[in-house]
Amino acid sequence: MPPPADLAGAAAPDLAPARWRPANVGDRAWAALLTLLGGTALVVAGVIVLSLVDLARPLGAKVAISRFLLGSDWNPVAESFGALPFVYGTLVTSAVAILVALPVSVGLAVFLVEMGPKALRPVVSFLVETLAAIPSVVYGLWGLFVLVPWLRESVEPRLGAALGFLPLFRGPPIGLGYLAAGLLLAIMILPTIASVTIEVLKTTPPALREGALALGATRWEAIRTAVLPYGRAGIVGAALLGLGRALGETMAVTMVIGNSPEISASLFAPGYSLPSIIANEFSEATGGVHVAALAALGLVLFGLTVALNAAARLLVAAVRAGPQGRAA
Amino acid sequence: MKKTLPSMLRMLAAAAALAAGGPALADGALLVNGAGATFPFPLYSKWFSEYGKLHPEVRFNYQSIGSGGGIQQITNGTVDFGASDAPMTDEELARAPGVVHVPTVLGAVVVTYNAPIPSLRLTADAVAGIFLGRIQRWDDPALAAVNPGVKLPSTPIAVVHRSDGSGTTAIFTDYLAKVSPEWRQRVGAGKSVRWPAGLGAKGNEGVTGLVKQTPGAVGYVELAYANQNRLAMAELRNRDGAFVKPTIESTSAAAGGVTMPDDFRVSITDARGKDAWPLASFTYLLVPRDQKDAAKGKALVEFLWWAAHDGQRLAAPLDYAPLPAQVVEKVSARLKTLSVQGRPVDLASSR
Repeated sequence: MPPPADLAGAAAPDLAPARWRPANVGDRAWAALLTLLGGTALVVAGVIVLSLVDLARPLGAKVAISRFLLGSDWNPVAESFGALPFVYGTLVTSAVAILVALPVSVGLAVFLVEMGPKALRPVVSFLVETLAAIPSVVYGLWGLFVLVPWLRESVEPRLGAALGFLPLFRGPPIGLGYLAAGLLLAIMILPTIASVTIEVLKTTPPALREGALALGATRWEAIRTAVLPYGRAGIVGAALLGLGRALGETMAVTMVIGNSPEISASLFAPGYSLPSIIANEFSEATGGVHVAALAALGLVLFGLTVALNAAARLLVAAVRAGPQGRAA
Repeated sequence: MKKTLPSMLRMLAAAAALAAGGPALADGALLVNGAGATFPFPLYSKWFSEYGKLHPEVRFNYQSIGSGGGIQQITNGTVDFGASDAPMTDEELARAPGVVHVPTVLGAVVVTYNAPIPSLRLTADAVAGIFLGRIQRWDDPALAAVNPGVKLPSTPIAVVHRSDGSGTTAIFTDYLAKVSPEWRQRVGAGKSVRWPAGLGAKGNEGVTGLVKQTPGAVGYVELAYANQNRLAMAELRNRDGAFVKPTIESTSAAAGGVTMPDDFRVSITDARGKDAWPLASFTYLLVPRDQKDAAKGKALVEFLWWAAHDGQRLAAPLDYAPLPAQVVEKVSARLKTLSVQGRPVDLASSR
């Protein structure tokens, strides 16, 4: 590339491609810098994956990959490692969290944006954002000392009596378990979902809502037919942000999930999650294979997050295409 | 506090020295780095601060990152000494040639419970039965047999164990594997094991919290933690058939009930002796037999000598069991074999 000084004196500026002009040197440097910064994210992610793979390598000699992924036995003493109970626990607790948090957050957002008194909005928004600022270990302590006894003494016996015919609600009420972890996660991801949903609903054009009302829709019908469909893609996105947090949450889940590497159909049963087992066992794991198995669980968690993120993108795209397709 | 320019320059120099990996501190003190077990950390902090008063020229920096990390770092030579609750395995020692175990104090594990029983006695079989999930009720005949005259409630037993890898679990499972063939076969011993029954809670505080709020719960925690929190502790029947209370004295007694190998790598659970608490263990500092750095090496060996003698009286007030006299003697002999750049350290002056 010729030095810019030569180009400054060039007689035929119209022939030179625009990007060669000296005025663009700054732009080009800027673009290069931004590319570098953008690339950093990729490089960091790449380095993490590579070092995890490297750390996990000794496991390959001991346990076949398929047995690791589909096995349900976790026994560091016998060096037998299976990831399934942890994958299952992570998915079940996250699913409970989303199922509980999504309706609550959307309801909260609709109330604040569409129905609640204007003066209330900043107060409730502030409180919701405060929930997001509480450290997860505090959630964990609260879960252990308040939520778990409450579940054990009031909620689980009643759920068991009313819905005990479903395998989901069978078994002794221990308090600790999937249900406790899921509910705690629901509270933790609620602020994320709610605040994004509030912003999404605020962007609904007034004309849409007023149009629906003018056509004779009740307030509820206007929300259902105009406001919510307009914000659908945004709400799905908000739910996925929340899901991301639920998947990776470590401390609070560890304190209430019961830490027992088993797979049970009942939500009352104790389980285990991927981040929890890594946090629990890593600092005292000395054998090379044990550390390798924990690193491999890290890779599984990474893969799970990537897969869910990809699914999320597809879902958002599909949802976005949906209402427009119908409108056309 | 107002800082003068020279003092600020000194601080800068110290920071630079630290950054360069040099041992010199601002006031010319020597910095000795260590890392490892969390369990003895309160005692080690006390030791470092008391020793610092006697020898202001030496400072210790100890990171309580866990026994696994301590072994790793002394193996890689990134610290001057490591610390571990469990002795290194043969395999680990092979990767860290020349590392010597120096027992510092003893720790104990106790069985704590939440049931309306003023004083509970357990046999080794009963403890194994409970944690295997075979003994499920408080009024089980196995418990009633050794608790005559005690009204045992007819409620289920809820087992609580540690979920995080820990030396406490290693001691507890080592004991169970010794006393119960079924445990040895089905579970084994280690810092993390596959528990046949119960719930996992993180740390001593997690186990305690769960035991306290779950009626009928049984768990195991460190003696120091149980003492400080005044938890209900079961008496255990030891190898000699006597029921003993978990105390600092009965923990020290356990160290007298085994033949001590020269490298101190020995399990003292289920020890012989009428007064021995069956769930006891040494905690160790791991140091290279031959110190590479002359000044640091000498300081470290002198500190170890002090810890094995004068330091022991600081242990009991912090709920650690001091080494019994015959072990101190053996440790002293071992410390005399340590060398700095091939030359033995003159420990006579430290006496």
